[in-house]
Amino acid sequence: MSTDTVSNATSTPDVEQPWAELGLKPDEYQRIRDILGRRPTSCELAMYSVMWSEHCSYKSSKVHLKRFGEIPQETPAGKMLAGIGENAGVIDIGEGYAVTFKVESHNHPSYVEPYQGAATGVGGIVRDIIAMGARPVAVMDPLRFGPLDAPDTKRVLPGIVSGVGGYGNSLGLPNIGGEVVFDPTYLGNPLVNALCVGVMRHEDLHLANATGVGNQMILYGAKTGGDGIGGVSVLASETFAEGGPTKRPAVQVGDPFMEKLLIECTLELFAANVVEGIQDLGGGGLSCATSELASAGDGGMRVSLDKVPLRDASLSPEEILMSESQERMMACVTPENVEAFLKICEKWDVQADVIGEVTDTGRLEIDWHGERVVDVLPETVAHEGPVYNRPYERPSWQDELQADGAEKLPRASNGAELRDTLLKLVASPNLCDKSWVTDQYDRYVLGNSVLAQPEDSGMIRVDETSGLGVAVSTDCNGRFAKLDPYTGAKLALAESFRNVATTGARPAAVTDCLNFGSPEDPAVMWQFTEAIRGLVDGCKELGIPVTGGNVSFYNQTGETAILPTPVVGVLGVIDDVTRRTPIGFTPEMEGHQLYLLGETEEELSGSEWAHVVHGHLGGRPPAVDLAAEQQLADILINASRDGLIDAAHDVSDGGVAQTLVESALRGGVGARVWAPDGLDPFLFLFAESAGRAVVAVPRTEEVRFTDMCTARRFPHAKIGVITGDTLDVQDQFEVPLTELREAWTATLPSVLN
Amino acid sequence: MKIGVVTFPGSLDDADARRAAAVAGAEAVALWHGDADLHGVDAVVLPGGFSYGDYLRAGAISRFAPVMETIITRAGQGMPVLGICNGFQVLCESHLLPGALIKNHHRKFVCKDQALRIENNSTAWTSDYDANHEITIVLKNQDGSFVADEATLDRLEGEGRVVARYLGNPNGSYRDIAGISNERGNVVGLMPHPEHAVETLTGPTTDGLGFFTSVLKAVVAS
Repeated sequence: MSTDTVSNATSTPDVEQPWAELGLKPDEYQRIRDILGRRPTSCELAMYSVMWSEHCSYKSSKVHLKRFGEIPQETPAGKMLAGIGENAGVIDIGEGYAVTFKVESHNHPSYVEPYQGAATGVGGIVRDIIAMGARPVAVMDPLRFGPLDAPDTKRVLPGIVSGVGGYGNSLGLPNIGGEVVFDPTYLGNPLVNALCVGVMRHEDLHLANATGVGNQMILYGAKTGGDGIGGVSVLASETFAEGGPTKRPAVQVGDPFMEKLLIECTLELFAANVVEGIQDLGGGGLSCATSELASAGDGGMRVSLDKVPLRDASLSPEEILMSESQERMMACVTPENVEAFLKICEKWDVQADVIGEVTDTGRLEIDWHGERVVDVLPETVAHEGPVYNRPYERPSWQDELQADGAEKLPRASNGAELRDTLLKLVASPNLCDKSWVTDQYDRYVLGNSVLAQPEDSGMIRVDETSGLGVAVSTDCNGRFAKLDPYTGAKLALAESFRNVATTGARPAAVTDCLNFGSPEDPAVMWQFTEAIRGLVDGCKELGIPVTGGNVSFYNQTGETAILPTPVVGVLGVIDDVTRRTPIGFTPEMEGHQLYLLGETEEELSGSEWAHVVHGHLGGRPPAVDLAAEQQLADILINASRDGLIDAAHDVSDGGVAQTLVESALRGGVGARVWAPDGLDPFLFLFAESAGRAVVAVPRTEEVRFTDMCTARRFPHAKIGVITGDTLDVQDQFEVPLTELREAWTATLPSVLN
Repeated sequence: MKIGVVTFPGSLDDADARRAAAVAGAEAVALWHGDADLHGVDAVVLPGGFSYGDYLRAGAISRFAPVMETIITRAGQGMPVLGICNGFQVLCESHLLPGALIKNHHRKFVCKDQALRIENNSTAWTSDYDANHEITIVLKNQDGSFVADEATLDRLEGEGRVVARYLGNPNGSYRDIAGISNERGNVVGLMPHPEHAVETLTGPTTDGLGFFTSVLKAVVAS
């Protein structure tokens, strides 16, 4: 087949083009023709189709995501040094350090090919972090699956977990947290979100642009192959239709060894100061990197596509532009630095080739063996894709759903029944021990993991001398978001915020991964707009900005959308990691007083109890009061700094009962507890009201601690004491920790081994 | 007193090993796989990781690195060498130690706090432990199952060269073996990671520190 050049496209305007197969709509194809004033060449069509896909262009979400810009761009820790639109957001955490973090989805590839889908999800987010100039220091993976006992979960879960571990472990990045959640709506559409945190000195910050006429564009890392072609447009932007063709060839294949070399090589390139601008090649491959770098620069760019080193010599120029081969980066380098750049790459055995240069034409021009195959304004590819104001409407079933509250369901009413309920909940898939999963992740490498799962948040020491550190948590209760997406999103934010504060860190910034069904469904679109409204309002109230994130649409099987799942990651800063507060009740804490902070209401709708005991989802989610969350956070942070508490654990899924069980099993010591005056024992144990935490206070600090709560007029009630080897709920029941541990740990191994 | 830590392409726990050496009171020196010069170090640690991506077999390519030629020669002359995890695999591939490390019997990567018993406290790397000292350090590996033929295993046992044994076998290692030494006791291979257990803040215990303080004494004594 002869090459479809620009001149050929001009002289053959009526050639039929496969725009529909590439995922473009008729009006989108027409728009490309209007922009170019001719038909696109096949290479241009490939580029536009990739970059105008939902995944790359955010065409359905853009109008709503703009609202994140309304949030003040200051963080409680320090200035935001880079925000939404960069590879990842960056904030100043003091002492000359900056931290960057971001979460992204890799949902559809992980369903098609669990191991490689999950592995390359980790790889992609890590490259986003190194592209900012930072050393990656930790990863976390919020995962969601169908029911634990479903046959397909046994296919998908082990592959995804070993893919996350196989890639992250081989990079030497500690995996310090995340989530493992089961719900029937994720059966044909598991969620694999991947978060990475990076640390740099302020002066090391690098942005993605190609400036300076004559500067050289260098592609380095792995060779380009046929994997992942059309990954973005075909996989991420279409719903899985039952009985459709298998899509395996579009999933990328990862090589963590190459990525490890790429990390070390890139950091050495930055340190040698031989890089002007840089971008990783992820979704959209070279189409994305060339058009984004060029449009962010001050000139144009010319690229010789035949200089791209290939793993498969038979690839066409269109395929090279669309390939999503992993472990590749593109850098803009001044001519005098090219030699030094190539030398560092050689040291790390990383292939590097000059494939183009910055021009003054303002255009992106791509040649294939001397013939021009692309001649476009880069911003029309990268940023001027279609923008949709998709119709959205509160679904007709929402009222009926909200009217069907769980508060009316039958509850355990005596000690024996409460005991049975507790054991049932503790062993349920969402509340049980997750070490079958997390033992496959290296949490120790790099030697700075101060806290890791199952703690409330992961915590990393940034400076060994001063003890400066960061804490990160990710959370979302999709059931709450289904019942009320606005409140559900706020609750996800509140929980993540609380989890960071519980460890003693001051929450500073937010990243989010918005996982939803098809944007072409007005009900889904309504959930999406409501969730964004909730996050924007919530972030304003808490005074923390959104620094970046990701939207994943089309998460549905047939007509069934997943639970709306706006995963929220909060990053906090702690001045001295030795002051961190863990969750466990340890032998040294024997005799410490237990306090429940916050108000417990009759809030059972969307709870784990309703889900496990009654298979019920209806009603309204717990109320969220972000002013109270802020107060609670202040108390937890001050108490940690002043040594008033030795353990703290947030109250969320499963209620106070689950909080106590996790703390007791973590540290190996039990507790004797009672419901505070006037609170029904069932609600005390299982209600899921927000804004609460359980803390362990040494007797010597009790007065100072309660004085602090009283002075702040924050509700606090003594609920027990750390002691013994049982969980003893006074006047109700007692369970040995051995029995709890057995129930808690048996669930995943019994199904997955 | 200088402890060198080799970085191969794909080494991951090299910075941790250097930190552990420093915590023990040594000067940590970074060595590069492509440089045969040991830069005057008194002992060498081959750290954990996936050197060369574990291509072919774990440790199989690293043994041919220029730095390994010098290390093999110096080890023969008595220089203390500790191979941790991937470093253990490199020592076996280099034939400084017998046996091999194969995939865990449960086929999964495992990361956990692991109890061990120090069976030989007279090697260069274990003299600071008591006889039969029980310690808990970090275990994390994919290919951690130690195997050897029966005659080799009997010989290792008979010569007291089983340095550490698992309390609760986590990976299918023959005779619960977690670490072994050469005849002379200066070369030790250990699957678990003592370098991750030198600070209470970031490790499960500080039980791993003894490996690094032991070698300081061994070097001073020699």
